[in-house]
Amino acid sequence: MRASRVTATAPAPEPRILAADAMSYEVSHLRALESEAIHIMREVAAEVERGVLLFSGGKDSAVLLHLARKAFHPGGLPFPVMHVDTGHNFPEVIEYRDRIVDETGAQLIVAHVQDSIDNGRVTEEKGPRASRNRLQSVTLLDAIEEGSFRGVFGGARRDEERARAKERIFSFRDDFGQWDPKRQRPELWSIYNGFVKPGEHVRVFPLSNWTELDVWQYIHEEKIVLPSIYFSHRRDVFKRDGMLYAVSDFVERMPNEAPFEESVRFRTVGDMSCTGAVASTAKTLEAVVAEIAATRVTERGETRADDRVSEAAMEDRKKEGYF
Amino acid sequence: MANGAATNGRPVPSARTSELVRFATAGSVDDGKSTLIGRLLYDTKSIFEDQLEHVEETSKRRGDGYVNLALLTDGLRAEREQGITIDVAYRYFHTPRRKFIIADTPGHEQYTRNMVTGASTADLALILVDARKGVLEQSRRHAFIASLLRIPHLVVCINKMDLVDYDQEVFDSIAAEFSGWAAKLDVHDLTFIPISALRGDNVVARSERMGWYEGPSLLYHLEHVHVASDRNLQDARFPVQWVVRPMSDEHHDYRGYAGEVASGVFRSGDEVVIMPSGRTSTIAAIDTFDGELEEAYPPLSVTVRLEDDIDVSRGDMICRPHNQPRETRQIDAMVCWMAERPLSVSGRYRIKHTSRTALAKVDQLRYALDVNTLHRDEKATSLELNEIGRLSLRLSAPLLVDEYRRNRVTGSFILIDESTNDTVGAGMVLDSDRGLAPPGPR
Repeated sequence: MRASRVTATAPAPEPRILAADAMSYEVSHLRALESEAIHIMREVAAEVERGVLLFSGGKDSAVLLHLARKAFHPGGLPFPVMHVDTGHNFPEVIEYRDRIVDETGAQLIVAHVQDSIDNGRVTEEKGPRASRNRLQSVTLLDAIEEGSFRGVFGGARRDEERARAKERIFSFRDDFGQWDPKRQRPELWSIYNGFVKPGEHVRVFPLSNWTELDVWQYIHEEKIVLPSIYFSHRRDVFKRDGMLYAVSDFVERMPNEAPFEESVRFRTVGDMSCTGAVASTAKTLEAVVAEIAATRVTERGETRADDRVSEAAMEDRKKEGYF
Repeated sequence: MANGAATNGRPVPSARTSELVRFATAGSVDDGKSTLIGRLLYDTKSIFEDQLEHVEETSKRRGDGYVNLALLTDGLRAEREQGITIDVAYRYFHTPRRKFIIADTPGHEQYTRNMVTGASTADLALILVDARKGVLEQSRRHAFIASLLRIPHLVVCINKMDLVDYDQEVFDSIAAEFSGWAAKLDVHDLTFIPISALRGDNVVARSERMGWYEGPSLLYHLEHVHVASDRNLQDARFPVQWVVRPMSDEHHDYRGYAGEVASGVFRSGDEVVIMPSGRTSTIAAIDTFDGELEEAYPPLSVTVRLEDDIDVSRGDMICRPHNQPRETRQIDAMVCWMAERPLSVSGRYRIKHTSRTALAKVDQLRYALDVNTLHRDEKATSLELNEIGRLSLRLSAPLLVDEYRRNRVTGSFILIDESTNDTVGAGMVLDSDRGLAPPGPR
């Protein structure tokens, strides 16, 4: 897998022969994972009536979009890209989103949590710990219903969290958008069942079998462009519950939460109200991969307040229709 | 990052040369399966501090008296509350040589369905036997399912050796009994390893407490067992998933057939036949986003272009003229039933096989197989959840099949209930010429 930043409509690069591979028919773990993900995406495009790819601007969705370009090359994406926008974004991520989607030539749909608040579908939380994280599920489900989407690609991985470890690659959602862990469809070989009735949909997770390290190694190998906040930069932050948060208009600081400047990078990208930073000096992909390989704390444990609410925080949100 | 470099004690797989290996584990709660998986994850430094802290806290709260590594693999709240495992869970760890995917399946009788699911993609099956209890009915069942699903490598870990004083005789007699059973099955690579998951004997490193054992540790075996040659590289099969027709200005006449190589090797210049039309052509190029490939082999996802402008669509299969799958409207298959509602003989189901979907009518249930004794009940009138039987199916459209024992991709299918859309059966195609011999037992 070589560096490839060409757009989906650009002419194909020069032919090449993978001598080492051809000799022994060996396939590296990254290439096997890539191939599996591409296979999954093509299945959805062919079998599920309307597809959409959820794109947050985070690293996993960046990999997902990159794989989608590979899957249908030299054709364009046969489905639109959708961002559920909490309105509490890192500006760098929105800039990145628009640039990358434009480069890909894909159609971008933005579903705004603010709209759900304005039309009374959800009520905004108040106080210093207010977050729009949980409200997103309603906006997402409304957008899926409005677009009549039947196949919804997400970048979730099974290594992220305990509840995810048991989720299928094709994850069935009922008419209410709910996930029922006890009523999952058996998933065998590489045969996927994407049949749904009106109102129902499948969430499809092509990165199910990837780990965080796989994602970073793949980004490195493929030279995938990421938002700048994944790399070390100076930023005003404050400390809460042992995590570093970016100072922003979206988070109310408590009296003891004095801001200070620090060299940080982000390990995951959610909205500004629930995503913590880690102190880091890693300015390049190589340095980030080395830090990830050496880290002793999971990405969600280290940087996501949304998973710290309770022992089954993710399980509960998934049942409600969360990503 | 250097290939295979260790960083702060946590080994990193090489991005370019490390292999992917999938294995399924089977055993009951009491066999120490969760402890073994916890041990593998812990000793390969795949456990993070926050996960370990969580386990320590939970162990304390439950009054376990020790750090219960089994808790690392507990998934859903319902399972934690009831102390059971309800479904297949996937775990990941790596060493510098390989990345591993574990399909962790519960071992109780009612969960044959889950083991079949986990086994379907596995390169290797890891079966646990409690050294104090010996070969139980469920150990035999696990070996049978592994052989039915054609998992190429079988590893039997005889666990809790610490509780039998690391006695070689206990190990030898269990291995002999298990081998006797395996001889009735289609098992080609069988390895026995004496371990103590709790104490870590022979799990990651060889144990000094069993000097009589001369084989490798479990992890060493997992890292070195030869899986690349398990792929079928003889029979060229390329199920077409998607037709790439950009119709843009630059690629106005481009027409490519996208899919994942199921088996065999395809080269540019190869003469090919398109099934089921039977039209022949030559491969003009094998395309990927990163450029053309000289050759494509499993499991690569590629796009094939042909020299001739012929009609090819999803569900077709590109093969070699002198090596073709069977094109048939009638198949015999071993089917594992996966739904609460029993199989309806004379019922109609949707059948999904490679990139083709058709309808299937059950013509006959030839027999139900007792997975514990291999007894065939020819009087059976239905298959219940978790039962396995041999079916004759009639199809609404031809499928392009190979015998499952020769090809796990073109020999497998699922049955889908038309009214609920649930996946209700998992099938393995039998060779029509092999009479009534089932694939597992010889």
